[in-house]
Formats: sequence, structure tokens, C-alpha cells
Amino acid sequence: MEQIKEISTRMASLVVILFGLSILTFSLTYILPSDPVEQLVESMGAGHDEEVMSRMREKYGLDKPFVEQYMVWLNGIFHGDFGLSVQYGQPVAKVLARKLPNTVILAVTSFIFMIAVSFPLGIISAVYKNKIADYIIRFMSFIGVSIPGFWVGMMLIYLFSVKLHLLPVGGSGSFEKLIMPTLTLGLGMSAYYIRRIRAVMLEQMGENYIIGCLSRGVKKSAIIFKHILPNSLLSIVTMLGMSFGGLLGGTMIVETVFSYNGIGKTAVDAISKRDYQVIQGYVLWMGFIYVMVNLFVDLSYQWFDPRIRRKGRKGGN
Amino acid sequence: MDKIKRNRDYIALFMAVFAAIVFILIATFSYKFAPNNPLATDYDNLLKAPCSQYFFGTDQLGRDIFSRILYGGRTSLLIAFLVTAIISVTGIVIGAVSGFCGGVVDGILMRISDMLMAFPGSIFTIALVSFMGTGLVNLIIAMSLTGWTYYARLSRSMVLSIKNNNYIEQARLGGANPIKVLNCYILPVIIPPLLVYISQDIGSKLLTIAGLSLLGLGSQPPTPEWGYMLSEGKEYMNSAPWMLLFPGIIILINVIVFNLLGDALQNVLNPKKSAI
Repeated sequence: MEQIKEISTRMASLVVILFGLSILTFSLTYILPSDPVEQLVESMGAGHDEEVMSRMREKYGLDKPFVEQYMVWLNGIFHGDFGLSVQYGQPVAKVLARKLPNTVILAVTSFIFMIAVSFPLGIISAVYKNKIADYIIRFMSFIGVSIPGFWVGMMLIYLFSVKLHLLPVGGSGSFEKLIMPTLTLGLGMSAYYIRRIRAVMLEQMGENYIIGCLSRGVKKSAIIFKHILPNSLLSIVTMLGMSFGGLLGGTMIVETVFSYNGIGKTAVDAISKRDYQVIQGYVLWMGFIYVMVNLFVDLSYQWFDPRIRRKGRKGGN
Repeated sequence: MDKIKRNRDYIALFMAVFAAIVFILIATFSYKFAPNNPLATDYDNLLKAPCSQYFFGTDQLGRDIFSRILYGGRTSLLIAFLVTAIISVTGIVIGAVSGFCGGVVDGILMRISDMLMAFPGSIFTIALVSFMGTGLVNLIIAMSLTGWTYYARLSRSMVLSIKNNNYIEQARLGGANPIKVLNCYILPVIIPPLLVYISQDIGSKLLTIAGLSLLGLGSQPPTPEWGYMLSEGKEYMNSAPWMLLFPGIIILINVIVFNLLGDALQNVLNPKKSAI
């Protein structure tokens, strides 16, 4: 019962947020410095003709009040109509859907790489606190969180493509082209996660139940892997979810640096070409994905943490 | 032992503050330090490698990279500071008011921040800039409009945790009006711990600005800016790798300084939390 109530409140707030998200996205068109109709009319060579412009507004429904325009737009969204891309002359949904697989592949590979790097190092760093290994890992991860990711990417290109001729400069579609973007995204995230994992593990180590385990003579490895790690994981899961959500949006900068043909780069191209429908579609998609991932993470707590399953979520957030 | 660690923390903080001030001064007075005009082109020395005349080499138009980096620091640091100042002040005030008043005000303010936070990273900032038109002013506006939410969340939760303390009750009983309670009893308590985030945020804003300029959304040429310099450097990495190397290193060093400052503040202000 508790669970159903929990899920239904989550769903209700989800609807509110998605509603707000769509309003924010739609309002973007209102901050355009230039009147799109004026531009269109002038580009057709009609000059500044008020009558033509008002006809145009009527045709595109731009003379209607904000709410009405929004409803029409939202109705379109529900039917999968995100408008037409000026750049490609195709529906925005189609353009984004075509680029999505590339971004998903990159997201999955960088995510796996990040987990493979950050978990072992984070654990080592916490277990061997203030030993040589810890100092080295801490130093590297500190540099890692301060270094600009796009710069790492460029230096990788310089090293592996320009100097060593080992990897292609950019592009997408093959395994070799995936390596450098994965490294760039994965390393940046790893540095962050190593620091987090170390911090939460050390926090757990100070808890009384660990002292209890130690005094009962439980093996150290058992304490680390059966007690500390599962408990630490709880607070990491939220961040993991958010990171993956962010990755699914395609990281604009890394995709641009490597000319990787995902939706992030599509959005950047759309910005330079002033293809506003694509930007709008992209922003809406990003928000949607992020909200859904967050919902999923919140619900997964029930599975990860038996305490919540029994008592309902403790504390709000 | 504890005292030694405490002293060490203070020394670390002092050094970090000192480094930060030095960087700010260098950026502010870059026109005095810069050996060359950052916009002056030298067609005899295009893409010249670092030498005694041009410490960091020259770019595709023969402009001195060292001077451009100095001037670029002015743009990057100034904007990072400005944006962080705007968003931290508005965010803290909004969060404090929200937590303090509760009820409808809280509901509305927090729903707005929920909506802005529903977009990951700087996606919404990028969208705002792209619709408003690229440029530094619009970049500042967009980053300010979207950046305050985090501070609002933090300060709200801190206000909620101290709001029901006895000393606040006493102040109220003593006849302090809500504004005075907020000003004299709540803000002074919540601001010091937030300084840690503010300091680290300057670093992350530097990265965001550089990233957005790299995408062509921030500073417009020929204004020197680190991120934009990197995007130019990428085009010429084959023949002039120094165009790529130096701006990146400078960004890295600056971000490190502000992250160190944040860590040092953390150690001094919340020793318990950092002891682990």
C-alpha cells in the first residue's frame, strides 16, 4: 500500500515537472530576438509588408494567444510531431531518432568504462586510506575533476591521431572511432566518482556496525564487500542515474570535438544553423530522459534498500 | 597532533587564497603584463613556435598567444566571478526565503527550481543562449537564469534544519521581525558552509564558459577567450600544437586553484566532515 502511494505521488509530481518542462521549452521561441515571420517574409523578398506578415502569422497560428499556441504545440508533441527541421527538411523526431543510436552506444561504453575504472580505484583509495596508493589516486582524481574534458579530448586526438597515427581523428560508426570519445567522457566521470566512492566508503567505515563487525572478527574483505560497499552504493546510485541520463543526451562538447554523429552534435549544428525546431526538440528530449531516469532511480531504491521497502522512503528530497 | 593538522589547514587555506588573488590580479591587470597587443597580427610570424619574443608562440594570424591568454583570463575569470556572484546571492536568498516562509511561497519557488533542474548539465543554458543569440552578455544572463537552483536547494535545506532551533524562537519572541531573523540569525549561519560550494563553483563555471565558447556560444572573435582559443587551436593542432597546449594548461591551473580553495575552506570550516 505504502509503495503504491509512493509511486502515485511520484507520478503526480512527474506530470507537473514534465508540464513545466514543456512550457519552458515552448517559451524559448518567445525570447528570439528577431521575429521569425519578419525574417521569413524578408528572405522571400517581400520586404517589410505588414499585410503579408499578418497573413503569415495567421497561417502559422502565430496570431493566437500564448496558451492556445502552446496547446497546439503540445498536441503536436503528443502525436510525435516536433516540427520540421529547416536544416534537413525532415521532421525533427526523425532527425533525432536517426542520431540517437550513436549517442546511446557512446553513453553505454563510457558508462561501463567509468564503472570499471572508478569502482576499483575508489575502493582501493578508501581501503588504503593515507597510504601511497591513496595519495596517488587522490592526486590523479583531483587533477581529473579540474581538467577540462574537451581539452583532454583534443590532446588525445593530438597524441593518437596526429602524432602516432593510431586512431581516426573523429567520426562515428566504427569501434576505433568510439575509443577516444569513450576515454574522454569516461575519464572525466571516473575522477568524480573515485572521489565520491572514497568519501562515502570512509563515511561508512566510521559507523558503529563496522566496529561491531571488526570486534566479532569478521574478515576484512567480507566487511568491505558485504557491508561497506552495498551501503555505500546507495548514495552512488542516484548519481549514476543522473550521469547516465546526462550521457544519453549526448554530451554536446565531446561529440563536437570528435565530430561524433550523435544527438549532441546535431544540437550544436542546429544552433549554428539556427534550426530552432531541432534545438527545441533536443531540449525537450533531454529533459524528458533526465526526469525519467531520475524516476527510475528513485524507484530502484526500493529494490536496493530493504529498509525503504519496509518503511517507505525515509526523509524527502 | 590535532593542532598541527589545524595549523596545516590554515596554511593551506592561506596559500589557496593567495594563489587565487594572484590569478585575479594578473587577469585584472593583464594589460600591464602582456608583452604584446593580443589583437595585433604579425604576418611574418604566423604559427610561430614558442620563442623568446613569443613565450607561448603565435596563432594563425600571428597573434601572441601569451598575451591572448592573459587578456582571455580577464574575460573568463570576470564572467566566472560575475555569474557565481549572481547565482549564489539570488540562490541563497530564494532558498532562505523559501525555507523560512514555507507554504505556498516555498511550493512555487521549489517547483520552478525543479523544472530548471529537470534539464541536465548546461543543456537549458545552451538552449537559452542559442535562442537569445550568442555573445558574452547573453551567456551571463543564461547562466544566471539557470544556475541559482542548486544554491536555492542547499540553503533551503539548511534553513529548514536550523529554523526550529531555540535561539531562533527566542529571537522571534524578543520581537525580531522575520526579515531581521533571516538577516541576523539565519544567513550568517548558512553562508560559511556555502562558501565551499561557491569557491568550487567558480572553477566549474570557468569550465562551462570555456566549453560554451568552444561551441561558439560565448565570446565572439577576435576577443581572446580561453575556450575559443582552444577551438581555434584544434584546427591547427597539426602544425601548431602550442595553440592547443597553453590555453588548456591555463584553464586547468585556474580550475585547480579554485578547487583547492574550496577544499581548504572545507577543511577549515567543517573539520569534522573533512576529517574522514
